[in-house]
Amino acid sequence: MEMVTLTIDGIKVEAPKNSTVLEAARKAGIKIPTLCFLKGVNEIGACRMCVVEVKGARSLQTSCVLPVSEGMEVITNSPAVRESRKVTLELLLSDHNLECPTCIRNLNCELQTLAEELGIQSIRYPGVKSKAQYDDFSPSIVRDTSKCILCRRCVSTCHNVQSVGVISPNYRGFETVIAPVFDMSLNEVPCVNCGQCILACPVGALKEKDDTHKVWQALADPDLHVIVQTAPAIRVSLGEEFGGELGGIVTKKLPAALRRLGFDKVFDTDFSADLTIMEEGSEFLDRLQNGGKLPLITSCSPGWIKFCEHYYPELLDNLSTCKSPQQMFGALVKTYYAEKTGIDPAKIFSVSIMPCTAKKYECQRPEMFSSGYQDVDVVLTTRELSRMLKEAGIDLRKLPDEEFDEPLGISTGAGAIFGATGGVMEAALRTVYEIVTKKELDNIDFTEVRGVDGVKEATIDIDGTKVNVAVAHGLANARKILDKVKSGEADYHFIEIMCCPGGCVGGGGQPILSAEERWEVDYREERANAIYEVDRNMKLRKSHENPAVQTLYKEYLGEPLGEKSHKLLHTHYTKRDLF
Amino acid sequence: MAVALNQQQDFIEKLNKIEDMLKKYQGKRSALIQALQEAQAIMGYLPIEVQKLVAENLGVTLSEVYSTITFYSFFNLKPIGKYHIRVCLGTACYVRGAEKVLDRLKTELGIEVGDTTDDLKFTLDGCRCIGACGLAPAIIVNDEVYGRLTPDKIPEILKKFE
Ligand code: SF4
Ligand code: SF4
Ligand code: SF4
Ligand code: FES
Ligand code: FES
Repeated sequence: MEMVTLTIDGIKVEAPKNSTVLEAARKAGIKIPTLCFLKGVNEIGACRMCVVEVKGARSLQTSCVLPVSEGMEVITNSPAVRESRKVTLELLLSDHNLECPTCIRNLNCELQTLAEELGIQSIRYPGVKSKAQYDDFSPSIVRDTSKCILCRRCVSTCHNVQSVGVISPNYRGFETVIAPVFDMSLNEVPCVNCGQCILACPVGALKEKDDTHKVWQALADPDLHVIVQTAPAIRVSLGEEFGGELGGIVTKKLPAALRRLGFDKVFDTDFSADLTIMEEGSEFLDRLQNGGKLPLITSCSPGWIKFCEHYYPELLDNLSTCKSPQQMFGALVKTYYAEKTGIDPAKIFSVSIMPCTAKKYECQRPEMFSSGYQDVDVVLTTRELSRMLKEAGIDLRKLPDEEFDEPLGISTGAGAIFGATGGVMEAALRTVYEIVTKKELDNIDFTEVRGVDGVKEATIDIDGTKVNVAVAHGLANARKILDKVKSGEADYHFIEIMCCPGGCVGGGGQPILSAEERWEVDYREERANAIYEVDRNMKLRKSHENPAVQTLYKEYLGEPLGEKSHKLLHTHYTKRDLF
Repeated sequence: MAVALNQQQDFIEKLNKIEDMLKKYQGKRSALIQALQEAQAIMGYLPIEVQKLVAENLGVTLSEVYSTITFYSFFNLKPIGKYHIRVCLGTACYVRGAEKVLDRLKTELGIEVGDTTDDLKFTLDGCRCIGACGLAPAIIVNDEVYGRLTPDKIPEILKKFE
């Protein structure tokens, strides 16, 4: 790599030729404030927060898009620089709905942090506020433009990371607003509810639809039997909301926390992830051996499902008919579990804790009432659960270790890895291989499908049959695979697609990191590593070995793809308009 | 009734024309502004139906199309009337009562700024200095300037276009 030498604040710094002044400064331990900059996602030089003085240049330069050059002399901390940043920030604040104490992002807001760091104590520019839009019609995402600072991090994420592109800056100048076409609601445009825009937003302008009040109400109702399921990815992220390290494992704290909130039973979505593998593995074998539609594409990710319905309807028949683990779980709670315990399903209130905003939408879909009731009543994101715990005065770190309840709390490592990209594929391969070959796998770690590469491909030899698999996470990556399938260029048998980058560990309902934190570590990788550690430490690591799943088939379902499974665990999706 | 039907037919014909025109821009994302200009030349404005055609043919999102249209002032989301009235809101006109003139126009025409009358006759807009400060307050109807206005002179001017 070709290097150049420059001086920043009098310090000699070596930096790769293609790097920016911001990068070089950060490497030298010099902090330059940023706001619109989101590494790898939004590098557009829009907000002017990162200005610096460059010797020989007439005006201040935006360091986040300024390439380094040999002999360059940069000053990041002069009176002119400080004043310029302050003016920029004060102008932003003057058109901002400053209600920090009641804001969803209070204490986790980049604008707030900057105001503190730059020492803003009053705003010199009182002025008119621009017209704001508040849009809470979507079951997943709420937009509040009164807090938007027009950084466009959400726009770049929606367009480039997710290749969905339903929000853009509309109008110009003072009127500019980040919104869908014709200022419609996100509910009326082909948004897939992924919530990646929320993770990108530095402030409280985008947030999840808060459903905590519904759960508080149910918990307070003595007539209701309130059960909860927790997704695989929660156990490696919830701790972050309580000051824990990134990707800290809190599996055993979760049951204690949820019991203290008042849930009657604390179950685990990992159980129904194992069940999904039984159904989906069987479906794959059936299609492979009986000339069914291939490639089979996984269907666990409701953001991906909606994306497929809008953008790739011609591939809907390739989708697995399996519902997501959340919805399989929901369907069983109000049937199997209700019968087994003799509890009236009408009196069961079913809550799930998900890393995902799209699942809030999923649980309301008409396909998801197969128990005769809404199978899952309320979906809470990781962030909402953490808010409830804080409100109840429960500190996760101080709780004793506890176990999930039986039988729907019993799971294997295969269920756990659903939380990371490649996990569903790996779990399926573990089971499919052993069912087909009737041999035990020597090495159950299919590391080819792990990791943060956007698209992963592998060929697995199952007793002489070569199975081509592909894994994609993030919808722009998914497009790469799907376009190949559409054109007939690819010869895949089995594809895993997760809507969110990193899979569920990077879900839109997970704890939000600042741009600076995201630059320093790949949070998806950290959380995924934790997921694989959870898997390694499980006694059972293959879905077909889950005893509770085996009992479920014996007592109730009969066999995978059987009649009952079809009624409760499978569904079909339909084409949706793009415009 | 007949008029409405004619209008609808006319609309569909123009849509077809636009579709033909867009053939040369298949998949050309970078031609967005040009394609929109040509589409507007045919339709006169850019309703959602046209925006969808442009998005589909060029392979851009509807959101990008809308964003672009609303950014550039030469694109119109709504039809423009036969007579396009623009009221100068530049400093000179403003201090001499442009707002009162504008208000009178609004009441006379029964529309807000940016709108067009139902009979597609008049469109009302505000604009920046039109270089007729000596005649302030001034308005411009299509290409013709009317100056030294008072609200009371408005009905008389509008009569000319009946
Ligand atoms: S977005 Fe940040 S600065 Fe704005 S009200 Fe919320 S916490 Fe305060
Ligand atoms: S939820 Fe996803 S699809 Fe919807 S606007 Fe946000 S990033 Fe785009
Ligand atoms: S909504 Fe958030 S991410 Fe999007 S432009 Fe506004 S402040 Fe930035
Ligand atoms: S312009 Fe550099 S961070 Fe916004
Ligand atoms: S200000 Fe109206 S013409 Fe100049």
